[in-house]
Amino acid sequence: MSPDTRRTFLLDGREIPFREGQTVFDAAMAAGVYIPHLCHNPDFEPHSSCRLCTVIVNGRPFASCTQPAVAGQDVKSDTAELNEMRRSLTQMLLVEGNHYCPSCEKSGGCRLQATAYALGLQDNHFPQFFPLRDVDASHPDIILDRDRCILCGLCVRISRTVDRKNVFAMTGRGIDTTIVVDSPTGLLADSRVSREDEAVQHCPVGALMMKGEAFTVPIGERPYDRAPINEDSVAQFQAREARLHG
Amino acid sequence: MTRLLETAAHPRALRRVAIEPLTRVEGHGKVTILLDEQNRVHQARLHIVEFRGFEKFIQGRPYWEVPVLVQRLCGICPVSHHLAAGKAMDMLVGARRLTPTAEKLRRLMHLGQMLQSHALHFFHLASPDLLFGFDAEPERRNVVGVIGEHPELAVQGVMLRKFGQEIIRHIAGKRIHGTAAIPGGMNKALTMVERDALRRETGQMIAWSRGAVATCRQILDANPHTTIFGVFPSNFMSLIGADGTLDLYDGGLRARDAMGATIFDHVDYTHYNRYIREEVKSWSYMKFPFIINLGDEDGWYRVGPLARMNNCDRINTPLAEEERQIYRAAANGGMQHATLAYHWARLIEMLHAAEGIERLLDDPDITGTDLVVKGEPALEGVGVIEAPRGTLFHHYKVDENDVVVRANLIVSTTNNNQAMNEAVRNVAASYLDGQKLTEGLLNHIEVAVRAFDPCLSCATHALGRMPLRVELVDAEGRVIDRMVKGVDGVCGEG
Ligand code: SF4
Ligand code: FES
Repeated sequence: MSPDTRRTFLLDGREIPFREGQTVFDAAMAAGVYIPHLCHNPDFEPHSSCRLCTVIVNGRPFASCTQPAVAGQDVKSDTAELNEMRRSLTQMLLVEGNHYCPSCEKSGGCRLQATAYALGLQDNHFPQFFPLRDVDASHPDIILDRDRCILCGLCVRISRTVDRKNVFAMTGRGIDTTIVVDSPTGLLADSRVSREDEAVQHCPVGALMMKGEAFTVPIGERPYDRAPINEDSVAQFQAREARLHG
Repeated sequence: MTRLLETAAHPRALRRVAIEPLTRVEGHGKVTILLDEQNRVHQARLHIVEFRGFEKFIQGRPYWEVPVLVQRLCGICPVSHHLAAGKAMDMLVGARRLTPTAEKLRRLMHLGQMLQSHALHFFHLASPDLLFGFDAEPERRNVVGVIGEHPELAVQGVMLRKFGQEIIRHIAGKRIHGTAAIPGGMNKALTMVERDALRRETGQMIAWSRGAVATCRQILDANPHTTIFGVFPSNFMSLIGADGTLDLYDGGLRARDAMGATIFDHVDYTHYNRYIREEVKSWSYMKFPFIINLGDEDGWYRVGPLARMNNCDRINTPLAEEERQIYRAAANGGMQHATLAYHWARLIEMLHAAEGIERLLDDPDITGTDLVVKGEPALEGVGVIEAPRGTLFHHYKVDENDVVVRANLIVSTTNNNQAMNEAVRNVAASYLDGQKLTEGLLNHIEVAVRAFDPCLSCATHALGRMPLRVELVDAEGRVIDRMVKGVDGVCGEG
């Protein structure tokens, strides 16, 4: 089914068609326009926490991943101010955790790293927090390295809505927020998690990883070696659209 | 032997000559020479700051990060650290024997590293010293001088280095800080296209390496003082193949004394700490390893090209073996003790690396795709390799959750620590005793230290010149003379 061309909105001056119920983000990506995003994975429900996908709709800021598309809206995304804000948000994420890309197995496949590149980040700008956070390596198959968690909440949502296990939750406030595991000891080994769970497959960074797979994909074949994240995520989104709505 | 350096009765009453290479990014060194009242050299200390904190940093991290993380230890030989750690990780996953392809890829990568490291050292750092002599004007005695007067040598150096880096890039994805070794094997096969591209170059690389050995040999022959400069007896340690063949990637530990007598042989390197212990000294960040049964005074040893060439019974590539025989004949079949013989030995290894690379590229296994094996996991892993600068030990303990709880590294330059002190003392005793500081005298020390190819960035400064700060301090601690040698090689008042 082709999109209803009478229902469109303007994105950076370009007319974007949309289907009923689509978000601004979905319509933009389907039309081939990349909007930077971190906490949203199109395969799951959005929850608008990272604010990277913020756009200006009729003069006011909204998270595009949850903002419904409405005919005739005037949306701005690729502006100097918004991109500057996205860079600052990304820099804050980088300094709030301990992200050592050179030795991280997720390097080349990490959405945070790839987004930083796509936004043209030159440095972290802000002073590093160097927080003290625990690594939970207790599970034979899965490792949770909180140093790298950006609190996107994907594992929490997926464990609750898809796996129906509620293994993960967030606790604490503000800068002290961390991811916790539902088990008597607080350790993954004693939780109901298993390597087949969807919740452990979609961490955008190297926080929730499968053991034994580190560095098995050589440089040159890692996800963002093939294409930068702006191209890759649009291509993936469009392939998904074709699959579901083609 | 060590005590000679350490037993000044009243060190505070000694005059002190401090030669301090200016601090650079990756650790720095400083040479202190303590003189007695008669201006005789009494003590020599080479202070080196490096690798601090790494063993702590790695604690609490999952073991599979280690081979990648350790590459950041040293900007000069990241591949050696990567492979030594990789070998330790093999033990952790119970990979007793790698697949033929994985082992050969690692060896190829290692020889690529050896070739590029030795090429850089000889053509850019050592050749100015050898070609122009110790006392040549500083404007000449550097790599720019080599390019001016021996342009073909400079070009060959660049091309050999580039070839080594190309090998590394094809295997690890990047020229530096790539990924290749994973626990139990390798992460990428070499394609036929990559193999063929590399193989086209090997003939030229072998020819240039052969020429470099000959040039070095001729320079040493033509300058008899090179055979008496910095000559001192020592023990030697290296890995060795099962039949006594030179092996840079694997084997048992062999140690021989100054006369060539065996101290230990074919020792399983996972038991290294039954044979070697590290001593801590209050004045140095770097430890002092020694052979346990010889004691801390006499048990120090040299590692690196000189040790390997002295220790091995043969080389398994024909051209390098020919050169080894000439090298051994020059020492009447015994051990070479001259500091500058390091350069000669280094180039024979470079030739061996070039030949070995060609042989591996001709081996059908090299393009195989069976890359990883696993076995019964273990909680402790040791990996030892002959890095360009000498024997390199990596030792890790992990807990049952795969997290590193303890790490111990003995890097090549640490193995050579006492030997470098001895070289400085020896050279200073011969050339500085009772004399006023001159640039030429400082150069002699610099040349002696550089022969070890220590992994100090100050020693491998871009143009091969070590910036030095020299202070002459009297017994009361007053500075009575100053001399600064800048990166431009020009000396002046400090
Ligand atoms: S562990 Fe990963 S998926 Fe879970 S909140 Fe942190 S970054 Fe998101
Ligand atoms: S992607 Fe929309 S708020 Fe994070």
